[in-house]
Amino acid sequence: MADTLTLGGRTFRSRLLVGTGKYPDYPTMVQALEASGADIVTVAVRRVNLDRSKESLLDHVDPKRYTLLPNTAGCYTEEDAVRTCFLAREAGMANMVKLEVIGDEKTLFPDTPALLSAAKRLVKEGFVVLPYTNDDPIMAKRLEDAGCAAVMPLAAPIGSGLGIRNPYNIRIILETVKVPVIVDAGVGSASDAAVALELGCDGVLMNTAIAGAKKPVLMAEAMRDAVAAGRKSFLAGRIPRKLYATASSPLDGTFFQTLLE
Amino acid sequence: MNGNPRMVAPGSTIASLLRDLSLPSMRVAVERNREIARKTEYGTVVLRAGDRIEIVTFVGGG
Repeated sequence: MADTLTLGGRTFRSRLLVGTGKYPDYPTMVQALEASGADIVTVAVRRVNLDRSKESLLDHVDPKRYTLLPNTAGCYTEEDAVRTCFLAREAGMANMVKLEVIGDEKTLFPDTPALLSAAKRLVKEGFVVLPYTNDDPIMAKRLEDAGCAAVMPLAAPIGSGLGIRNPYNIRIILETVKVPVIVDAGVGSASDAAVALELGCDGVLMNTAIAGAKKPVLMAEAMRDAVAAGRKSFLAGRIPRKLYATASSPLDGTFFQTLLE
Repeated sequence: MNGNPRMVAPGSTIASLLRDLSLPSMRVAVERNREIARKTEYGTVVLRAGDRIEIVTFVGGG
């Protein structure tokens, strides 16, 4: 049976979701998206550039190939986040949105009361809401109860590359909610992504870790492999951690003395 | 429009504005005075002096 990710009734093969921001140029982005194996790519909603000599994102990302996931990045109020989702839907995207309501420009941590309120409104309007939230199990539960199709706790501040700062909270979130849990933001390296999947998360979403790497295409490939490895490691069931050694080779049949006397 | 004044011919619609700007309507969303204009209305909504129009699209983001 294929191991797939289901969000809002839609099934995806890849558990890696990637952003489309901050790439040095479009060809690098296109190659990185390809190398990542991602099915879902995030996009932002902004005023059109009236300079038609400049290329636009949609000249490079084929919406037939990738599921575009509009975000509400940069929104500091519930009102702006909801408005952005409606605009994204009218611009031709499906109903699925990455909902962010930012609370502070230095940390970009979410304003969770506003997030929850926006999520409730959008769910009522038929959106499949994927909220970027903090690593708080209580808020995760509230968002699930509000009808969100997943919860997306941060690993660390957006773009920080610090990795999973609180794996224990992520574990509690995984025990608390039934909807998919996608670690969103803060991943820096392939091992961070693997840890997210090993913890049991359903997916991981990243942008800067790939786009900001010295070789974005190679990092995208590393992330694809890490997500696959982390998932397999989770499914395989890791051994318990023990303080002392357990020999891997048999102690019977040795032809030498095995204990120092 | 998008925060800047713009002159349009009398009788202009959202559809004609998008045509003037060479913007394909499939890729954008339009707000008129903070209300979303449906694509089906683009040809019929006549712009008036003082209308505040926002035209947005998708850009790279995380």
